[in-house]
Amino acid sequence: MKIIIPVESKNADAPVCPSFGRTPFFMLFDTETQKSDFIDNAAANSQGGAGIKAAQTLVDSGAKILITYRCGQNAADVLNAGGIKIYKAENGSANDNIKKYKEEKLSVLTDIHPGFHNHGGKNK
Amino acid sequence: MKIAVLSGKGGTGKTLVSVNLACSAKKAVYADCDVEEPNGQLFLKPIITNKTSVTVTIPSVDLNKCTRCRKCITFCKYNALALINDKLMIFNEVCHSCGGCIVLCPQKAFMETSRIIGSIEEGISGNVLAVSGCLNTGEVSGVPIIKSIMSKLPKEEIVIIDCPPGSACVVMESIRSADFCVLVAEPTIFGTHNLAMVYDLVKFFNKPAGVLLNKCVDGQENPSEEFCINNKINILAKIPFDEQLGSLNSQGFISVREDNKYKELFENLLTNIEKEILQ
Repeated sequence: MKIIIPVESKNADAPVCPSFGRTPFFMLFDTETQKSDFIDNAAANSQGGAGIKAAQTLVDSGAKILITYRCGQNAADVLNAGGIKIYKAENGSANDNIKKYKEEKLSVLTDIHPGFHNHGGKNK
Repeated sequence: MKIAVLSGKGGTGKTLVSVNLACSAKKAVYADCDVEEPNGQLFLKPIITNKTSVTVTIPSVDLNKCTRCRKCITFCKYNALALINDKLMIFNEVCHSCGGCIVLCPQKAFMETSRIIGSIEEGISGNVLAVSGCLNTGEVSGVPIIKSIMSKLPKEEIVIIDCPPGSACVVMESIRSADFCVLVAEPTIFGTHNLAMVYDLVKFFNKPAGVLLNKCVDGQENPSEEFCINNKINILAKIPFDEQLGSLNSQGFISVREDNKYKELFENLLTNIEKEILQ
């Protein structure tokens, strides 16, 4: 199974990036091979809808678990449709969070925000 | 002739000036383009004669025709489309109605549908035809509503355009067809900073413009006035920081309809602007 995490640099010890849609990279960790790959986030500089595009990348990567500090409504809609479960990241590196996930210490992310800058928010 | 009233920040007196200018003319059209918070109607209290919805075009997809080629997803600069579980998801609120996906699709799998984003009310208030746009809560952009307002304005009459605050897309759309721009400015450093922003904007659009100094106190420094003098910008008039004017305005009265001294002030202002346009 694959776990994906927004990270600030291409390093397993890098901090988890506070932004989901506009993170520079994602770390894709395979629990079977114990190996990490890094994916450039093409959505990082989008004019709008970064969360949707980033979520598309995640679905295409085959990841089933996302660990992130936060996530917007539109991205969550895409992730839910793609069968990706979202967990809330805790302070520390990507590796620290994978360890915590394995120890079942992470909780499911429930506070999905309505989106930033009025772009892509569902206010209805 | 179209006169746009704008300012870099809210609360400088755009609506005060717009409404009073419109009511100073023998006959005029007042266009409220501040579609996120239209308030001209609070003063004009028009008898509404017509209300129309404003719609934007959004795509809907026929999944039987769609081959999942993703060309539309790659093209969309706003990322309003995603392909998940072999289904195309369309995010209507994110879509900017450019129509690119509809044109681009090799299978012609998209259809045009429309979505209501707001409305325009037209009404009569004495000598003034009031046209007010209103953007629905939660919508991203008021530009389509402003375009629709502009298409409804009669060409031959004096039209006063009450612009949104700031210098973003909605303001550009509001001044696009204006013959003259009135920049309303406050006598504060913050006000001057915002005046400089809208002044840059009207210069960029090559619009003739003049500044209306609002809330002026005799004997007190006015950084906005200094800015005008330093940049050789035409000062159209000064409105005093006046308790009676503030009181009338705060009660929703139109000052030129209540007191002759304000009638004179705004009639002179309108005459000045007309001279500037005809020059």
